[in-house]
Amino acid sequence: MAQTLTARVWREQPQRYRMIANRCTRSGDIYFPPRLVTPGNLNAEFEEIQLSGKGKVLTYTVIRVAPTPYSDLAPYALAVIETVEGARLTAQVSDIPVEQVKIGMEVEFEFRRLFEDNEASVIYYGYKAVPV
Amino acid sequence: MRDVAVIGIGMTKFGELWEASYRNLFVEAARAAMLDAGVDRLDSMYIGCMSGGLFVGQEHTGSLMADYLGVAPIPATRVESACASGGAAIRSAYLEVASGMSEIVLAGGVEKMTDVDGGMATYALATAADAEYEGFHGATFPGLYAMIAHAHMAKYGTTSEMLASVAVKNHDNGSLNPYAQFPAKITIDAVLNSTMVADPLHILDCSPVTDGAAAVILAPVELAKQLGVPAIVIRGIGMATDTIALHGRKEITHLNAVEVATQKALAMANLTIGDIDFCEVHDCFTIAELCVLEAMGVYAPGKAGPATLAGETRRDGKFPVNSSGGLKSKGHPVGATGVAQVIELVKQLRGTAENDRQLKNVKRGLAQNMGGTGGSSVVTILEA
Repeated sequence: MAQTLTARVWREQPQRYRMIANRCTRSGDIYFPPRLVTPGNLNAEFEEIQLSGKGKVLTYTVIRVAPTPYSDLAPYALAVIETVEGARLTAQVSDIPVEQVKIGMEVEFEFRRLFEDNEASVIYYGYKAVPV
Repeated sequence: MRDVAVIGIGMTKFGELWEASYRNLFVEAARAAMLDAGVDRLDSMYIGCMSGGLFVGQEHTGSLMADYLGVAPIPATRVESACASGGAAIRSAYLEVASGMSEIVLAGGVEKMTDVDGGMATYALATAADAEYEGFHGATFPGLYAMIAHAHMAKYGTTSEMLASVAVKNHDNGSLNPYAQFPAKITIDAVLNSTMVADPLHILDCSPVTDGAAAVILAPVELAKQLGVPAIVIRGIGMATDTIALHGRKEITHLNAVEVATQKALAMANLTIGDIDFCEVHDCFTIAELCVLEAMGVYAPGKAGPATLAGETRRDGKFPVNSSGGLKSKGHPVGATGVAQVIELVKQLRGTAENDRQLKNVKRGLAQNMGGTGGSSVVTILEA
């Protein structure tokens, strides 16, 4: 993520800071992050929704060899989580020993510091899941 | 569209090749392929490369490689579909020859991965996932496949021993391949006792970081006859895509792009999967080989693990998989992998596989190349 300019950061803030998704008014399908079109419908109409922040773990891993921005944090748990609204996303599971993360576990999302880009002096924030 | 054959093959040894540069890797493989085919000119070329930009700080690969191979001013294009870049390059070259636009087209692939450190290599590879919604949150490629593995274990009862048996089999094959990066034979215990990278995947469940290049020459079948070289015919080629993010899939253990690409290639060849004698598949991680065999219809969902543990996919089994050693043992220079898979098919179909690797009575082979966590896949069917 080195030398990322600020526009790339604030562009994603509604999703990362407030978990803003959108819902196709015809199919009811929920998209996170929000989309401009849906499969097969270039004229889809959407309404903005905010995810409740509650969900469960569909699958998980423990990252023990981390990419550069996260090298100081390993080992950390990472999971695919389905929210109660039916949206799916990838997030770290925090505030619990990594060995205790399990499929089916109920979690909720919190606003957290994710990582720091020392070169650009930018701190990145977003959501992490924590046990309910 | 006219029939197209592979008339020449060439590759570098795969490994940590400190002496070899990005450009020289490609030129070594391309030169070998041209000499093998007996051609002294190319009409066009396509070069699969995932990330010259992040690994060596070099884009504009088409110009660079045409220049250093000494074939400028022919058209040359870099093709990118993450780890399926090589397969996608072959597809582009196939279309150019089949359409009648060109006669002799090179499809190559190259990746120079060891000029950056491990953290940067992990980061560069992770850009094949959703950079903003997976990579941003700390996902790595072993981590994403590890999540597929946990889901597969929970759903079908797949075990770590079954995963390990994929690596053991592929290293056994790779021990006979003079081009392999890690030709050492390994045991199930060695896999299970190796360092955990992303639970439940150990380091010996993972393909390595590799430098290497591979190239094939495609031409109309009639030209192969004129040149007097063996024509291994491309009977079918299919490509498909899926969601960029693993979390976007309805079924996390199902690789839909692999299923669709396989069906497209089989339909084009007017064959079924039962007509295929052997295959090379994209075993970037042990779990990937199992999910690919299930998506291709070789095994029902959940059955590839027990079958692999029982030895069905060994060289002497009923359906040999990855006789080259696969990505696991041969190595995985990401852009070159799809081309190297096709080279193994050509060697087996010509009857020239090195050492005791040659399979008996094989007529048709299939190569399955995959990008990301299955966000793209290319399947190629060759016939002797």
